Amino acid sequence: MALLNVDQLSVTFGGRGRKDSIAVDGVSFTVDQGQVVGLVGESGCGKSVTSLALMGLLPEKGVKVGGRVEFDGQDLLTISRRKLRDMRGSQLAMIFQDPLSSLNPVIPIGIQVTEILQRHRGLKGEAARKEAADLLDRVGIPDPRRRLKEYPHQLSGGMRQRALIAMAVACAPRLLIADEPTTALDVTIQAQILELLKELVDQEGTALLMITHDLGVVAGICDEVNVLYAGRAVESAGRRELFAAPTHPYAHGLLGSIPRLDAPRGEPLRPIRGSINDKIAWADGCAFAPRCDYYTMECLTGTPELTEPRTAGHQVRCVNPVLPKAEVSA
Amino acid sequence: MLRLVVRRLLQLIPTLLGLSVLLFLWLNRLPGGPASAILGERATEAEVTRINRALGLDEPVYVQYWRFLKRIFELDLGTSTQTGQPVWDEFVLRFPATVELSVAAIVIAVLVGIPLGYLAARHRGGWLDVASVSGSLIGICIPVFFLALMLKGIFAVELGLFPSYGRLSTGLDATDITGFATLDGLLTGELDATWDAIMHLVLPAVALASIPLAVIVRMTRASVLEVLGEDYIRTAESKGLDKRVVRGRHVLRNALLPVVTAVGLLTGSLLSGAVLTESVFSFGGIGSFIRTSIDARDYPVLVGFILFIAMVYVLINLLVDLAYSIIDPRVRVH
Amino acid sequence: MTTLTKRADKIDRLAELTQQTESTSGASLWREALRRLRNSKMAIIGAVVIGLFVVMAIVGPWVAPYSPTAQTWRGEVFANQGKFVGMRGENWFGLDHLGRDLFSRMLVGARQTLLVGVVSMLIGLVIGAVVGILSGAAATLGGKVGQRIDTVIMRITDLMLSLPSLLLAVSVAAVMGQSLTTVMIAVGVVQIPVFARLLRGSMLAQGGADYVLAAKALGIRKKRIVLTQILPNSLSPVIVQATLSLATAIIEAAALSYLGLGNPDPAIPEWGVMLSQAQRFFDNEPMMAAYPAVGIIITALGFTLLGEAMREALDPKLRG
Repeated sequence: MALLNVDQLSVTFGGRGRKDSIAVDGVSFTVDQGQVVGLVGESGCGKSVTSLALMGLLPEKGVKVGGRVEFDGQDLLTISRRKLRDMRGSQLAMIFQDPLSSLNPVIPIGIQVTEILQRHRGLKGEAARKEAADLLDRVGIPDPRRRLKEYPHQLSGGMRQRALIAMAVACAPRLLIADEPTTALDVTIQAQILELLKELVDQEGTALLMITHDLGVVAGICDEVNVLYAGRAVESAGRRELFAAPTHPYAHGLLGSIPRLDAPRGEPLRPIRGSINDKIAWADGCAFAPRCDYYTMECLTGTPELTEPRTAGHQVRCVNPVLPKAEVSA
Repeated sequence: MLRLVVRRLLQLIPTLLGLSVLLFLWLNRLPGGPASAILGERATEAEVTRINRALGLDEPVYVQYWRFLKRIFELDLGTSTQTGQPVWDEFVLRFPATVELSVAAIVIAVLVGIPLGYLAARHRGGWLDVASVSGSLIGICIPVFFLALMLKGIFAVELGLFPSYGRLSTGLDATDITGFATLDGLLTGELDATWDAIMHLVLPAVALASIPLAVIVRMTRASVLEVLGEDYIRTAESKGLDKRVVRGRHVLRNALLPVVTAVGLLTGSLLSGAVLTESVFSFGGIGSFIRTSIDARDYPVLVGFILFIAMVYVLINLLVDLAYSIIDPRVRVH
Repeated sequence: MTTLTKRADKIDRLAELTQQTESTSGASLWREALRRLRNSKMAIIGAVVIGLFVVMAIVGPWVAPYSPTAQTWRGEVFANQGKFVGMRGENWFGLDHLGRDLFSRMLVGARQTLLVGVVSMLIGLVIGAVVGILSGAAATLGGKVGQRIDTVIMRITDLMLSLPSLLLAVSVAAVMGQSLTTVMIAVGVVQIPVFARLLRGSMLAQGGADYVLAAKALGIRKKRIVLTQILPNSLSPVIVQATLSLATAIIEAAALSYLGLGNPDPAIPEWGVMLSQAQRFFDNEPMMAAYPAVGIIITALGFTLLGEAMREALDPKLRG
């Protein structure tokens, strides 16, 4: 039994008088203890909405959430708000994309760390401050006692993200969700933050759900990868399988659009055509078809199912998967 | 902190100098000039010349300006043509009443406005939100003096719940120490006097509070709505903090920052409103005095008042800036 | 790739950037704002109120049943010992203290009230806009000297802003004497620094935008950048403020009349003046004050509602 079991999660936004828009359209995946699972896709593919739905952080008004999110045997979508509040920060924790805007600008870092210790571990006063300093020290912030008194704007970008990570791991959560944790940071800092996350997972056995658009991050840290497109998983595989043999044309295109050092000089880059706005409803066919180099008329007749055209456990949602020529002719 | 205060005070100097030039020019442009202001409109040619010489008005403009400036520094704002008393003394005598009224109005506006704005934002689109937004729009659109007249007509004249004019009932033997009627009663133990002063304060203060209240409700509401959408609120929620902590420490504290600035800026309109409100209720503060000075064309009083108000306004905004630098670490000076 | 084609590519890219902002924040911004306005209850109510008020101001003098200034029923009012004559068949709103028909006075007064509002707003808008554009243009494109000019101008507007509006108006009125023109100028002067600051601020914000940088890099003349790029994109807050200031102008004008700075008894009635006259009789005859007061409040509310709705419609943060 996996620690987190997401089954047919769907999120629909609908406002007064506005047409419903489906942000997440039946996403399923699992995360085991100590495992790092990636949700990958362009902005707008539903990966961030998925993470907010898991945490119960979506606004209550105008949002419909369907499916099941089983965490440790409990359905997070149906348990009481209060119970979920108790679990947030202690069992489930989250790290956000922009560390500056994610920290309260007018409250010292120290209070922002100790408040979570007080809430879930009942630590107060000097005990809480000591623990907070230890936490900052653990995530690699030098001179933690002084930093506790400082405000977010006095810290560098990397320090801020470290502080956010310190808050997230303060109560040793069993599942950590990281939503683009490195996107707003410099490349050198990115690597340090990823290293830090990896360490935490290895030492504590924390499960990590990594949400990113950056395939470099995926290659560096994830065990399992789910590629999302227009609110649905289009390819799920282990990291090695995915990078060795991207089979959905979208995943294939994503990997193909990375500039490579070993490519012949002068060979043009191959970006995916169009943008995520050029899509059709999943009910009518494959949402990726308008941008796909491989699409046929079959792509436009109903939702394609997840199949395993290559190896067991490597799921692809496509009727014209990208397969090596040898295999096709065989 | 001290350096900030000194720097801000130094920045005041050019502002006040500029203001004094404007006022000086204004005074010289008045119909008939200062001479006819002193002598009245029916002065003869010879008298005007005599007065002009006596006042040094035949000297070059820069000499006149220098003299004008020197007098301001000595707090010599001239003599009121109505009362024959020095303008400065008249102000000192009446200032406490206006301060009392303005403070009462701002207290009402803040105590009612912030909770109302906060609740309106929290229940966006609900009846309380609709009511407070439309209420504040109407509040901005009612002329202050008309509101004062209505309050007086209904609650003082018709219902007789509150006194309709003055600061204290006649015949009440109250000791005057500070000039603040409510405070004096407390200091001397004459609680009936304090109660009487408060009753006199209610209607004018409510009328004067209308515009600041409307502004504060709207600002608080908009500010809370903005903060509720901020990433750090999502972070606070993701930490599973108590609702109370999220609202108090994270939402309100950030949302009130722009409101603090607004309260400072409101003091200007508050003083304008005081002129109107005080004259409706014959409150006997600076506002009432200005009203009669306008009718009497008492220019020394008007010039003195503008200079005085400008100073008060600038000082209040300095205080607000300082307060802001304390509550918002981002602008704090190191 | 030769350096020549590289440069051409770069210019194309810059032109594209310039184009992009023009199409997203130019015409379509206004179309989008209009669409939002049509869906806003606030805007519709405001527009209807303003529409009625303007129609009243235009046709009022022709449809008024009686002369607004003739003291037709003077004898009746005086025989009544100055007591107010209320609503009745021939005088829908009753009579004022001099025996004039209040309904006719309200109808005719609308025009003067609109005139006061529009003229004082225009005074503030035109002078404020000139000052603001100079200041904004100097600050964004004028280099060091420009920035100094900007600082001086802004110091002066700060000075004006630091005075309570009513006192600024009183000072103007004291120099110019009592008349409706005085009131309009006085109220208009108060608005100058507001418009100047607003236009400068939004020009500064626009001046730092990528498309201005792109236009500069393309070598477009500074004057042209200001006129064709920065200014059109800076106008929306000014239009909002103009609508809102029509409301404040009408209210402030009434306050000045109350303080005795308006025309004591003009040949043509004006709501603010009517209200200030009626306040003397308020304790006995509140209705006499109520008509002009309600007129002022509803009109001001109309402009405020439309202005606020426009502000919301143009707010890029709310655009979704």
